[in-house]
Amino acid sequence: MKITIFQLILIFIWSSITGAGSVLDEFQTHRPLIACSVTGLILGDPVKGIILGGTLELIALGWMNIGAAQSPDSALASTISTILVIVGSQSIQKGIAIALPVAAAGQVLTVFARTITVAFQHAANRQAAKANFKAIEWLHFSALFVQALRVSIPTTLVAIFVSPTMVQSMLNALPDVVTGGLTVAGGFIVVVGYAMVMNMMSVKYLMPFFYLGFILGGYLKLSLLAFGGVGLILALVYVQLNPKFSKQMSATPVSNTAVENDLAEDELED
Amino acid sequence: MMSMSSAEEIVSTLTKRDIFQTFVFENFQQASFNYETIHGLAFCVDMIPTIRRVYKTKEDQAEALKRHLTFFNVTPGVCGPIVGVTMALEEGKAQGENIDAGTIQSFKVGLMGPLAGVGDPVMWGTLRPILAALGASLAVKGSWMGPFLFFFAFNAIRLALKWYGLKLGLNRGLALVKDVSGNLLPKLTEGATVLGLFVMGVLVTKWTTINIPLVVSKTQNGGKEVVTTIQTILDELCPGLPALGLTLLMMYLLRKKVNPIILIFALFGVGILGYGLGWLK
Repeated sequence: MKITIFQLILIFIWSSITGAGSVLDEFQTHRPLIACSVTGLILGDPVKGIILGGTLELIALGWMNIGAAQSPDSALASTISTILVIVGSQSIQKGIAIALPVAAAGQVLTVFARTITVAFQHAANRQAAKANFKAIEWLHFSALFVQALRVSIPTTLVAIFVSPTMVQSMLNALPDVVTGGLTVAGGFIVVVGYAMVMNMMSVKYLMPFFYLGFILGGYLKLSLLAFGGVGLILALVYVQLNPKFSKQMSATPVSNTAVENDLAEDELED
Repeated sequence: MMSMSSAEEIVSTLTKRDIFQTFVFENFQQASFNYETIHGLAFCVDMIPTIRRVYKTKEDQAEALKRHLTFFNVTPGVCGPIVGVTMALEEGKAQGENIDAGTIQSFKVGLMGPLAGVGDPVMWGTLRPILAALGASLAVKGSWMGPFLFFFAFNAIRLALKWYGLKLGLNRGLALVKDVSGNLLPKLTEGATVLGLFVMGVLVTKWTTINIPLVVSKTQNGGKEVVTTIQTILDELCPGLPALGLTLLMMYLLRKKVNPIILIFALFGVGILGYGLGWLK
């Protein structure tokens, strides 16, 4: 298919939003589930965009910004891979294979952007001495444009210059062992994402709950929502029965249900 | 600590509009993310509606602005209580309470640590992966409900946390510190960890596909040939064992500070090699 000028403008605007979303990490427009779906909608094939988004989301499950560290960039990976899958008529699996190196490239670009914004911080320091509120606000929000352009410029370039036939012939040049291997790897590449999430949460003495989920998940044919319900009940029962929490509770003679009372009590003690 | 009760007594001059504007600014907490002060500039912007309202002279305003341009970093979703408490402190200071710049700074830092300790695992480690996995499970079948569910559920929770966190911080002022060190937060964290780990266990076995059709033996059983592969043996032991082993290996390597992108490419390498040799399908 050919991209119209109007679609190109929409691609530029949407990829700017995902770029800003990528650094903000608030509305989650940069997550594949959202970014691929909307890009697919713009390009006229929303279903393909949603399927690619869902597949890529599973791989990106553990891509998160912890502290000052950056995760692989899901914004750039989502927009570019969707363009190549829909405009370049590639398979979802090949789209995933394209997305991963792009995510690594996006990560490098965001490191540059976050270094550039140090200058914005210094400019704000000077404005603070003059109590110039408007200038400080402007500096803060204009830093978003650096991040927006970081994604929208490469994405728009890909949309303009990469013709479907070019992508086709490039990928056809790949031998079967590579494409077949990528498809096989696509089945278990998610473990890296799982491992990143697990390392965040894992508390040694709570690991039995992980293995319980693993065994039940292997043998029971329940929906994920049902498993979520079971997990929630387990969590509630665990917290209620845990002597660690009830001990603390009896130390202060306050009902645990009324947080308001708790706070009032604390103030009186001071 | 002596000023604790007085912060409760002061009458706030902040208007509804000031508070709402702060809430809006809070949604751009990482707009000027930079390696020097992380959210330093953002926190200063969060405080602008308050500073503009409570300080009258240029000198006081400049002092307050400079005070909040310092290093700040917390999970964006849980910045509300800190911003709220700081607003209460600035208001108290402006009204002549005995609160110095150092006290305000140590409150910010003191709340930053524990809240980031809860915020990162709860927001990024539990809430988002679970909602994203739920949305993705619908999306891979082509359902538009997938992205919708994820977007609206996550943002509803996130916005509620920001708004009520801000209000709680502001209303409770200094007393909030007691709440953080109290019983509620560790309970919440531990409960969320139990839920998160359980769901991760389910995901590892349900959503990982590893097939090892490597033939171990071929036996004749009443004229029928029975082919035993590594996969059939593993499935009899417990479904999903290779996925579990691989996950635990990845956790180990990540803890050893191996870059996740390298691991992803290595697994692609394993996939290509295994497929080429016919060990994986």
